[in-house]
Amino acid sequence: MPVGAAYGDADKARRFRDAALPHLDGVYTLARYLLRDPSDAEDAVQECYLRALKHFDSYRGPAMKPWLFAILRNVCRAEFARRASSPTDPIDEVTERAEQTPLWSEAQETPESEMMRDSEASTIRRLVKALEEPFRETFVLREIHNLSYREIADVAEVPVGTVMSRLARARAMLRSAWMAEQEQSK
Amino acid sequence: MTCDEAEILLHALMDGELDAGHAREVEDHLAGCARCAAQLASYREMSNSVARAGLGYTAPPALRRRIEATLPEVRAPNRRAVLRGFAMGSAVSAIAATGLVAIVLRSDDKARIKSEIVSAHLRSLQAGHLTDVVSTDQHTVKPWFSGKLDVAPPVVDLTAQGFMLIGGRLDYVDAHAIGAIVYRRRLHVINLFVAQTASTEHRPARTESFQGFNIRSWSEGGLHYWAVSDLAADELAEFAEKFGSAMRSGTTG
Repeated sequence: MPVGAAYGDADKARRFRDAALPHLDGVYTLARYLLRDPSDAEDAVQECYLRALKHFDSYRGPAMKPWLFAILRNVCRAEFARRASSPTDPIDEVTERAEQTPLWSEAQETPESEMMRDSEASTIRRLVKALEEPFRETFVLREIHNLSYREIADVAEVPVGTVMSRLARARAMLRSAWMAEQEQSK
Repeated sequence: MTCDEAEILLHALMDGELDAGHAREVEDHLAGCARCAAQLASYREMSNSVARAGLGYTAPPALRRRIEATLPEVRAPNRRAVLRGFAMGSAVSAIAATGLVAIVLRSDDKARIKSEIVSAHLRSLQAGHLTDVVSTDQHTVKPWFSGKLDVAPPVVDLTAQGFMLIGGRLDYVDAHAIGAIVYRRRLHVINLFVAQTASTEHRPARTESFQGFNIRSWSEGGLHYWAVSDLAADELAEFAEKFGSAMRSGTTG
């Protein structure tokens, strides 16, 4: 391999690292909300970065963060498709089971952890995770990642108007879930 | 405008996504409709709670290492980078030389940068990540940065003032390489991040707190500084002040 090519590879890796790695926490956060499982989220994020590096040469924008999010979303959709096509592990069943006896610690329904997650933050986190798709992703992209409607539309591949109505729906659902929660804890 | 329309559009209004004309229409409706106005208020409140709660996750360090391991090896500094750098010279002349190719800090980016600064601080506290160059000598730390960054950050030894210089590090904030100078006070680590800004205006120091860390930030001489630590706010302010006066008295390395 000519020296120039080797330098090009290292240069590309450096540029990729500088541009993409600072968004790792953000990408991981989105994966946690999309997949609702920490280890699935880790796998998806790693796959996302592999794909992003592969396509980095043709990257011309948009901003790096929405670009990574769009890749991650495709990875997650592939994961859902895989789960759905596996007869022993259909996605609906996984979700349903997960809702009742969750696999991840922050939503375990035992009296001790109920006290642990008493704080407002973990309540909101749990309620956001309980939102259905596509409302959950719209809400997370807007409220946690502060993406503009245009950016969300690009990530989710829908018109801006759809983003607006999904977000309105998502907020309405979250608000009533939260009010019900506060009602209960009184 | 009907309530049904307003119910959707008030979200775009509160997210700042409406043009002036539509914003006025929605506001006119809200002025005359107590029910919709109450909705907006309650959504704003919820949005604030969500922002306050900080619902983000931090990627596990093992995941970060796995991803870094998949990248082709980066050897720094290479010859070209060294030639590009400024072996000598103060930060100010370096800025003049680069013609202010700058990190522009937009106000809506501030919150994100604050969280990235704190993330970088947290990463640095993991074993073996704190310093790339270990030295209590400012004349060692400062030249180490030259060639790795467009602007070598000013390095000041504050050991006599109670803040021990322990080294320097390259870090990444807002997708840019950025210099971090590491100090220690008792058992507390202070990371001082230094980045170029587009403006040369002097911005007075202010302290914010984020995820249990204090951040003291200020701008001077075309550089923006963030000092991050778990030190108490008053001690961090003292650090910033001592750093500033040492800079002004010209004792940088």
